[in-house]
Amino acid sequence: MSIFGKTVRKNKEAGFVRHGFLKDINKNKEFFLLLLPGLLCIFCFNYLPMGGLVIAFKRLNYADGVLGSPWVGLSNFKLLFRSPDLLLVTRNTILYNLVFIAFGATIPVALAIMMSQLRSKKMGRVYNSVMFFPYFLSWVVVSYVVYTLLQYDYGVFNRMLLPFFGKSPVNWYNEPKYWPFFLVFLNLWKSMGYSCVMYYAAIMGIDEELFEAAAIDGAGKFRQVMTITVPSITPIIIMLAILNIGKIFHSDFGLFFQTTMDSGALLPVTNVVDTFIFRSMRNSGDMGISSAASFFQSVVGFVLVLTANRIVKRIDESSALM
Amino acid sequence: MNLKNQISRKADLLFNIIFLIIAALCIYPILLIIGISFTDEDSILMFGYHVIPKVFSTYAYEYVVRNSGDILMAYGVTVITTAAGTVAGTLSVAMYAYAISRSGFKYRKLFTFIMFFTMLFNGGMVSWYMICSQVLHLQNTIWALILPMLTSAWNVMIMRTFFTTTIPEAVIESAKLDGASELKIFLRIVIPLTVPGIATIALFNTLSYWNDWWNALMLTTKPELSNLQYYLYKVINTMNISSSSSVGVLAQNSMTHETMPKESARMAICMLAIGPIILAYPFFQKYFVKGLTVGAVKG
Repeated sequence: MSIFGKTVRKNKEAGFVRHGFLKDINKNKEFFLLLLPGLLCIFCFNYLPMGGLVIAFKRLNYADGVLGSPWVGLSNFKLLFRSPDLLLVTRNTILYNLVFIAFGATIPVALAIMMSQLRSKKMGRVYNSVMFFPYFLSWVVVSYVVYTLLQYDYGVFNRMLLPFFGKSPVNWYNEPKYWPFFLVFLNLWKSMGYSCVMYYAAIMGIDEELFEAAAIDGAGKFRQVMTITVPSITPIIIMLAILNIGKIFHSDFGLFFQTTMDSGALLPVTNVVDTFIFRSMRNSGDMGISSAASFFQSVVGFVLVLTANRIVKRIDESSALM
Repeated sequence: MNLKNQISRKADLLFNIIFLIIAALCIYPILLIIGISFTDEDSILMFGYHVIPKVFSTYAYEYVVRNSGDILMAYGVTVITTAAGTVAGTLSVAMYAYAISRSGFKYRKLFTFIMFFTMLFNGGMVSWYMICSQVLHLQNTIWALILPMLTSAWNVMIMRTFFTTTIPEAVIESAKLDGASELKIFLRIVIPLTVPGIATIALFNTLSYWNDWWNALMLTTKPELSNLQYYLYKVINTMNISSSSSVGVLAQNSMTHETMPKESARMAICMLAIGPIILAYPFFQKYFVKGLTVGAVKG
């Protein structure tokens, strides 16, 4: 009884002097000091912009700033949904992403499996290093690469490839019909090495004894791959695909903006959500449509990522983001 | 029965051929850029772009070096921002990751979530731009090219995995018993033990700063704040993509009356921008693969 009374009094005193959280801060001050720079950064560049999403409901003017501008309700969204580009941009973004996901879940996997089967492990490493190279180039540099191929007068396509097939030169940057292929190829070209490394690491993690046992049972190499390798990396493939579906409203700005040289003639097949937002922000001084589109992308993207993550979690707890 | 459990020689040959073709596709474009940069301008106008110069010339490089004011400035901006961003970014990432990796830290879960949440949700391009320009006033300052990329949640999560998997709790506990403070433990024990992990994050940072054009595109208009990538972007956007009658940035900047080797000079500039990456590539690649495979193991 007396002990109990004592503790109560002690706690009360402590609470009076230093309140719970503040006390903890003092106790953990070294940890908070370590957190501080990172916290400041994400506060400024991640959390403030989240709050800044309210500008989608405002008519922004620079004199009043982000907070002072007048509220306009949903009128920005009405403008957005009346915009003729919205449907096209959404269609492009989703279709490109679906194709990217489909290729990303097959080609690098097949290559990683082939790489793991090569007789010479050394050659495998060499191929891996070379295939990884495009990943290290910026999209601006890739746009130079594309330019050297497609330039009208001196480009490799018009100077070497087309004459070889007896065709006349094509004005590539003005012909939308070729670009879906170019963009899909470029995306694969730049990201292949990266995904190949990931899948290769997963394949190397498979217990070697499984293959030996299968070989003793008389399974050929193809059979071994189909019954051991593929099933053991399928979870990773599915997880990555689902997580990418969560990002289906986002697109790689550099791919769609830089490599196409911002060419207006190509817009029907190269305009995606991010380039649409950027262009409406840059070209028209008022932020109405772009802020509404940006809001839409963030919120829908958030819901999709959460859903995708929930599905992943249900299939395999350890592959979920958190 | 195949004792060594390997694919047949025929299949091996086929795979090697496929990989050689893919490897060629990955390398060819860069060889092309190198080739063009060493080709005589008149030869380009006559024969088009080739990997192996029809007429070899280093004139493009001589020209670029002679008129290098803007390029040198862009190089300077890139070197400064990359150095500052790599050092400060790696440090802030390592510090944050260390704090949330320590089981003794009561608010570990909360701060892990605060960082992780930025991977799920963001304010989007317009809001980010408005905050950077109207609230933080970064527009047309060198900070615009450094601060926004300083702390990446992805890197923090990789670094946390590094810490939890490579540092035994017992080491930290015994240091604590000896009276070392958390900061001291971090600087004296944790950092030396995780040099490979820190090097990987530093390389991630170096690459993303070196290759960044986005922040310059969004937040700068002053020519003296162009970094290399943004300078390259401006150069290529003055190129005429359908016919050959444009006046480029370079031509306007040249004070001299010498003829400007348009095509080869641009590729020479591009080479100067990616040269350091090509040189450091073997080093980069090794650590990247290491970082990727460790990052895949979640803590």
